[in-house]
Formats: sequence, structure tokens, C-alpha cells
Amino acid sequence: MRIALVGQPNCGKSTLFNSVSGYKAVVSNFPGTTIEFISSKVRVNGREFELVDLPGIYSLSAPDTEEQVAREYLFKEKPDAIINILDGSVLSRSLELTLELLGAGIPMVICLNMVDEARRKGILIDPEKLSDELGVPVVPTVAVRGKGVPELFEKAVQVGKNRAGGRMLPLSLDVEKIVKELEPSAETAAGELGVPPRLLSLMLLEDDDQFTETVKQRFPELEDKSSFLRNRLSESHGRPADVVLSSERHGLAMNLFERVAQVRPKDRRLLREQIDRYVMGPYSGYLFLAAILLAFFLSVFSLGKHIEEPVLGWFESFSVYLAERLDVSTLFFTVLKGLLEGFSGGIGIVLPYLVPFLIGLSLLEDIGYLPRAAFLMDSIMHRVGLHGKSIIPFVLSYGCNVPAIMAVRVMERRRDRFVTAVLSTLIPCAARTTIIFALAAFYLGPITAALLYVLNILVIAAVGSIMTRIMPEVSPGMIIEIPAYRLPSLRSMAAKLWFRLREFIVIAWPFLIGGSIVLSLLDYYNLSGIVNGALAPFTGGLLGLPPQVGITLIFGILRKELTLIMLVQALGTNDFAAVMDQEQILVFTVFTLFYVPCLATLGVLRSVTGNSGMLFTLVANTAIATAAALCLRILFAFA
Amino acid sequence: MGTVTTLDKMKAGEKVVVRDIRGGCGVRRRLGNLGIHLDDSIDVIRSGFFGGPLMVRVHGVEIGLGRGMAEKVQVETEDEP
Repeated sequence: MRIALVGQPNCGKSTLFNSVSGYKAVVSNFPGTTIEFISSKVRVNGREFELVDLPGIYSLSAPDTEEQVAREYLFKEKPDAIINILDGSVLSRSLELTLELLGAGIPMVICLNMVDEARRKGILIDPEKLSDELGVPVVPTVAVRGKGVPELFEKAVQVGKNRAGGRMLPLSLDVEKIVKELEPSAETAAGELGVPPRLLSLMLLEDDDQFTETVKQRFPELEDKSSFLRNRLSESHGRPADVVLSSERHGLAMNLFERVAQVRPKDRRLLREQIDRYVMGPYSGYLFLAAILLAFFLSVFSLGKHIEEPVLGWFESFSVYLAERLDVSTLFFTVLKGLLEGFSGGIGIVLPYLVPFLIGLSLLEDIGYLPRAAFLMDSIMHRVGLHGKSIIPFVLSYGCNVPAIMAVRVMERRRDRFVTAVLSTLIPCAARTTIIFALAAFYLGPITAALLYVLNILVIAAVGSIMTRIMPEVSPGMIIEIPAYRLPSLRSMAAKLWFRLREFIVIAWPFLIGGSIVLSLLDYYNLSGIVNGALAPFTGGLLGLPPQVGITLIFGILRKELTLIMLVQALGTNDFAAVMDQEQILVFTVFTLFYVPCLATLGVLRSVTGNSGMLFTLVANTAIATAAALCLRILFAFA
Repeated sequence: MGTVTTLDKMKAGEKVVVRDIRGGCGVRRRLGNLGIHLDDSIDVIRSGFFGGPLMVRVHGVEIGLGRGMAEKVQVETEDEP
């Protein structure tokens, strides 16, 4: 049996999913689509079934490209039952989707989630009344604490077996009459498209792009009739037909809400308003934002350093130990060495930086600060064609690009995710910061180093403007729900941490280990000379750098820290000024600042934006790095 | 009844009623998704500093609204009781 979770964004679908799929779940991703949905075999109360976590949708009609995934799954894959999750604290809005889903002809159970928060808001909901009204089972839950979850799935399996549908609430008389008039003509088309005739009629009257297009091509008579009725509907109401229908749903949902819930307003809101007065205030808000980010960074970095040094030290001594025991000249040792380096590289990112970052991020997420930060940064981010939500990945990037790219998921739109993820890779992470400090700050002075950061931000802003102009969106701006502050639950934080860590372990780490082995082999077969030779026209000719740096750039792709270590090895000295002049040092620093991000980042980028994002980054970043380095050379030539 | 203007012109503390949403069904739908429909009443909680977004409350939910979005919402001010 297949059961799908459907609900509006942020209603607790994934919390529910995680609470039953647990760690042992066989999770498969379905990439290649706009956003993936996750499915997992789960066992609840001794019954086994497949549970599908669909992306959040506000409404079935005229969806965003992203919501399309969920809708298509419902109509084409036809799960045996759906669990419609409602956020009890915004019940009337959640019910609008429920009313649409009831028309989809799929057995359904309602999960009335966050009843505790609703109660705190003064909303008391009567689940039995709701169940009577809609003719489907309603189970109140608090998914974060696992309350009501077993009963919910029990009911879902039941309705899936009985194939019991719900009741549809009638629209206003005149609207209902028009829908009824279209319905008989829609029957053939509905049968072929696999949706109930009433749903298809509603979709056509609402002028849903996809359905209207399909019907126009395959059932032109139906389209004629529906466009005739659409006009009649909009003429009689003096509003476009889609507005008429959405107002109908809105009205029905509000009425239903009044019948099943009692509202006793409480004064709790006062506390939140007090907090928000400072946290989102015109001046204090920005001070607070800066303070939070600074505290976040400093704590993650100081913590990371304390963990990274002993961990890497341990691996270092382990490889020395191995080198003493084994024959270092064998191929076996070379592969082992590469494997160990890749493995320790992963540990060196994961334990010290990724874990504290992800904990800090989910803390900010769960408390509800991130939407507020996005709100504050909106007007600034608009200058580069993005909106407030992009600030989150950008800030994280200065620490490590890997969690930053994972964080682009806070944005709903694919294009915004894509642009933000690509731009994030241009931001110097901690490792690239070391290069800037060790080369530019040390040899050319702190002002030059600071200028490099300014240059970096300017380049990112320029690239951002160009990208958003090439990929224009109709979206006129940000619209974001500012949720109530919530106390984070340890359970959901742990689950989230694990899900994100697993993403790194499964996707980025193998990349790192594979790359590391390849580099060991390059070394083993003494191919560095060939690599340097092959790159010489570029490094020497175009950038005017010593040819030995070729291999360091390749190593830099593996891990940025290695660039510096390899540079010492390749040039045979610690004193870079002896072998490179100021121009060369600056050109090299600028080039490493912008060029291809490390393998771990590329791995995550691939999982978030697909191959296209990864390839685009490879090409664009190399081009930007080359262009920046060339500009510098030209400047030097005139200076 | 009060004057008709666009939402982005409103100041914190004002109460308005949505009279029209301009700019195509995409905009209407995105606003409707978060609970802003025709004839809904909206409390303006904070209004853009530095040309920034507005924060409004509608149906008990607080929503951040970019300037461009707010500009598309025609509202009528409610009379003081």
C-alpha cells in the first residue's frame, strides 16, 4: 500500500515522515525533477506500507513548477490513500487545500497537527465535528512529540483498504450550477487524464495552465465550452473566474473553520510582539542580526578548530604509522594513502565544521529566526535580483560552502535556489580565507586582503545581477510567513541533523575519497610534471604564474587547504616571495579565490541543483577566476 | 469609508481592507496561498524601513511582504471606530 503525505508548506509533513521512517528507512531520492520527493518503507503497528513525503503545496490549482511535482504524483501515481496534514494553528487556510483534495477522489485521512500550538493561540478545534463535516477520519496529532501518530497511520491504512472517500462541500448555487453544466462534457477527458470530472471542470474554469493546455490540444470542444462558461462566471461576478473560485474555497474554509473551532484570543501575542519590536526593529534588528551571525561564526570556528586539530593530528600519526609498517613504494600503499586522506578530509569537514554549523542552523531555523533575517535583508538582496531568503546561505558560505548550499532549500523557487547556490560557491570559505591571509595579507598587506573581500562581494553582486537578468522570473518579490517563535525540540533537531549529515556522507564524501585516490595515483606515477606541462599554457602563458603551480590548483579542487600545502611542496619553499613576485602572488590568490569550489561542495551542489548547476559552476567560476586574474595582469601592466 | 490606495503606502498600526489585487493570477494566487484575498482585512504591523518589506497580519498569521508585492494590493483604509 502506498500512502502519501500532502499538506501546505511548514505544516509538519517531514516531521511526521521522519518520526515513522526513522534512521533505518530505505530512502530513495527521485532526482531530475524540480524537487525530489522522498519515499520510504515503514512499519507502524505491525503493518508495512510505503510512505511518500511530497513537497508542500498551498493549493492544487495552477501550481508553481515546484508544486507541480506533488500534484503530478497525486494524479498520475495515484497513491492508495493520502494523509492531509493541517496546521491547526492556521486552520482556515489549511482547510482550503483540504477542500480541493476531497475532490481528487483519493481515500483520505486528516491529520490535525500542531493542536498544542493552536491551543496556545486560543484556537480549540473539535476533530469529531470536522470529521462529520467532511466525511473523513480526523486524527489530532503533535508530530514533533509523536503524539497521535500510530492512530493516524492505523486510520490511513483502513481508508486505503475501504477506499472510502470524503464529502465535498457544495459551492454557492450559481457557481455550482456552472460547474454542474460543465461536468458531463468533461467526463471523457477526465477519464483519460485520470482525474474526477468535477475536479477537471473546476481546474478548467480556474484556467489552470496545464489542464487547459492539454484539453485545448486533445479535446477542443471541451475547451470551447469551458471558456464559454468561464466568461459567464466572470461576467456574473465581475471578477476573473479564478478569483471567483478561490474566493468560494476561501469562504467555504472560513465557514467550516467557524463551525469546527472556537477562538478565544489570548494575550500571549504580546510577548512575541515585544521580542519582535527589537529583533525586527529598524535599527536594533540589524544590530541583532549582526550580533547573531557573529556569535554563530565565532562559536562554530572556535569549536571547529579545537576539534579539527586533534582529529587531523590523529590521522597524521596514523598515516606515519602506516608508512613505517608498509612499503611506501607500492601501488597498494598509494591507494590506501589516497583513501585515508579522502576519509580524513571528510572527517575534517564533518566533525568540526558541518556538525556545529548544522546544529546552529537548525536552532535558528526551529526557533523561527531565519524568516526574520530574510525580512530584514530583503531590500538589500533585491539589488542583485534575489530576495531576503538568500542571505542565509550567503552568510553560511563564509564558514563552509557545503552547509551553505544545503541551506538554499529554504527558498521555494528553483531559480532562486540555483542562483544562490552558484553564488555561494564564489564566497571564500574558511579554507580559502586561510589562503587569502597566508598569501595576500602576509606578502601584500592587510589592506590588499581586505580589498580582495570587497572585490569578491562586488563580483558576486555583478554575477548575481547578470544571472537573475538572464533567468527572469515573474515573481515580483518576497512573500514569507513570519512564524511564531517556537522552542526547538531535540528530537526534530537530531532528525534534521542526521538527514543533512547523511546527505554529506552519501553524496559528497565518496567524491572526496575518489578524488583523493586519483591524486595519489597521479603522484605515484609521477604525473605531476605532465599535469603541470598540460596546464602550462594556461598557468604560465595566460596568468603569468610559475608552471609548478599547475598541480596545486588541481589539488585545490580536492580541498582548498591543500592548495597552500601543495604550493609549499611544488615551489620547494615556504618563502613564496622568493619565487613569485607581488603580481604573481596577487594573481594566484585572486584565481584561487574564485575558481572551482572543492569536491565536497561540488557534490552537494550536484545534489541540490543537479548536473546542470554543477557544470555551470565549473565553467562559470573558472571563467570568472580567469577574467579577474587577467584584469589584474592588465592593471599591473599599466601600473 | 476610507480612501483607496496601495498597501505599500500604509504605515504601521493601520487597518485596511483588500479591494483589488492587480498583476495577474500568479500574484493573486501567491497572496491567496498565504491568506490574502479580496475583502480580507489586514493589520499593518511594520512598514518598510530603508524601502524594505512590510509586515502584516491577516487571519491571525503574520506575513512579510516585499514592496513589489505590496504595491499590487489595492486597499481601503478602515474608519476609526
